[in-house]
Amino acid sequence: MFSRPAAAATNGSGRMNNDRLTGACRPIRSEKNCGPPAFQSRCRRFIRPFISSLLSCPFLIACSGVQSTLDPAGREAADVAALFLAMLAGAVVIWAGVAGLLFYAARQKRGHSEKGAGQLILWGGAIFPTVVLAALLSYTVWLMPNVRPWFQGEEGRMRIEVTGEQFWWRVRYLEEGGNVAFETANEVRLPIGERVVFSLKTPDVIHSFWIPVLGGKMDMIPGRENRLTLLAEKPGTYRGVCAEFCGASHALMAFTVHAVEKPAFETWMTARRASSGAQDAEGLALFLKHGCSACHAISGTEAQGRIGPDLTAFGERGSVAAGTLPNLEEHIARFIRDPDRIKPKVLMPHFSMLPEAETDRIAAYLKGLK
Amino acid sequence: MKSFIPKEVETLWTLFTAPTVWALHFVVCYATVAVFCAKRLPASFTFDDVRVVLVVVTLLALAMIVLSAFLAWRQWGFGSGDPPHDEPTREDRRYFQGFATLLLSGLSFAAVAYAAIPLIFIAECQP
Repeated sequence: MFSRPAAAATNGSGRMNNDRLTGACRPIRSEKNCGPPAFQSRCRRFIRPFISSLLSCPFLIACSGVQSTLDPAGREAADVAALFLAMLAGAVVIWAGVAGLLFYAARQKRGHSEKGAGQLILWGGAIFPTVVLAALLSYTVWLMPNVRPWFQGEEGRMRIEVTGEQFWWRVRYLEEGGNVAFETANEVRLPIGERVVFSLKTPDVIHSFWIPVLGGKMDMIPGRENRLTLLAEKPGTYRGVCAEFCGASHALMAFTVHAVEKPAFETWMTARRASSGAQDAEGLALFLKHGCSACHAISGTEAQGRIGPDLTAFGERGSVAAGTLPNLEEHIARFIRDPDRIKPKVLMPHFSMLPEAETDRIAAYLKGLK
Repeated sequence: MKSFIPKEVETLWTLFTAPTVWALHFVVCYATVAVFCAKRLPASFTFDDVRVVLVVVTLLALAMIVLSAFLAWRQWGFGSGDPPHDEPTREDRRYFQGFATLLLSGLSFAAVAYAAIPLIFIAECQP
């Protein structure tokens, strides 16, 4: 039985009758066994789990990517992932034990003594859970200082102030003394291997700042300043989100996170300080003419509005409308024409009254800002 | 020995001894740490002192719960009869209450121990 299909494969008949090649049923199986009656009993027993595990494969994509807690790029996130995996492993063992006991109880014909059952309930239902919970609690509490590291003061630490707005992120890089070096929006750049302290604020409603690949989330509460420290360890581009419902466009309030090497970060800081939006005079003139500067700022120009996101070096950003659309000219133009269609309840008014060519020109200007 | 151990009383109130101790322990632990961290007392009184105080409180609470469990065990006739004690007799009522108190004491013991676990690991007041 085991030699037949192998012989068929080597005799050069060319027919795909080797089940190992066709992938049908079990690794080795003769045609006789795959006939209808046998199919009912044997094949199905092995195909079903195969198909169901195949169907569950798409869920595995959640195990990696720019926004997965299970694919950590920072120290705190690595601890969170370790905690999750430890809990998962324990839960699987306990689940298997309970499911096994259930099968045993369902199939066992011969009854057990009442005393034995009482012992099982005492040990399995009271003492075992108590011990397991104590162990889990100890492990979690022991892990807590790692997940939310304690830091004393901010001396010598890099500080970034992030303000949650409806529905975007104001990001300010602070100098040593606490003065604002420059402002940007919907994008956070971090040096890897260096602990960064985030000051989290909001002027409107409660938001929550969360970069899943780097660590846990922290709420931003009106009237308060919450602190969070993160340590990025793996360079890459990640995604952060708002993790507390904050209004109509809550789900469209994301930001890009770039974790880069320290020298590259320093270079970027220097370049960013020197950035100017005055190169494209025609685009800038249109931008100013239509009043964009009432809300938006672009460094090196007269545009100094503080209500909306700072647009300095906008062309470098990963997205339009806080992580909603890829950063393309057409998307910028669409957003200017009618922001509310892309982001419901956004504060920016529509500019559909502007001539199309001018909107496109402003979009091109913004896309060109470096 | 007999003088230390309270006389057996027949009242429903003894049922709540252990959960009450558990509740008080919980309040004392949380309030002490919260007040300590909010007030920032002088350096002579450190977080380790708070830890020691609360460990003593925990041990006292556990001792009271063990005492309550012992009294319940006695009320249950030291396990001479098996539950469920559902006869409409005075003795079964006593046994039932004793057994229930014993189980509640066990629950409270575990709960007080759990509430004290963070005492071992908490490093400091956090800003």
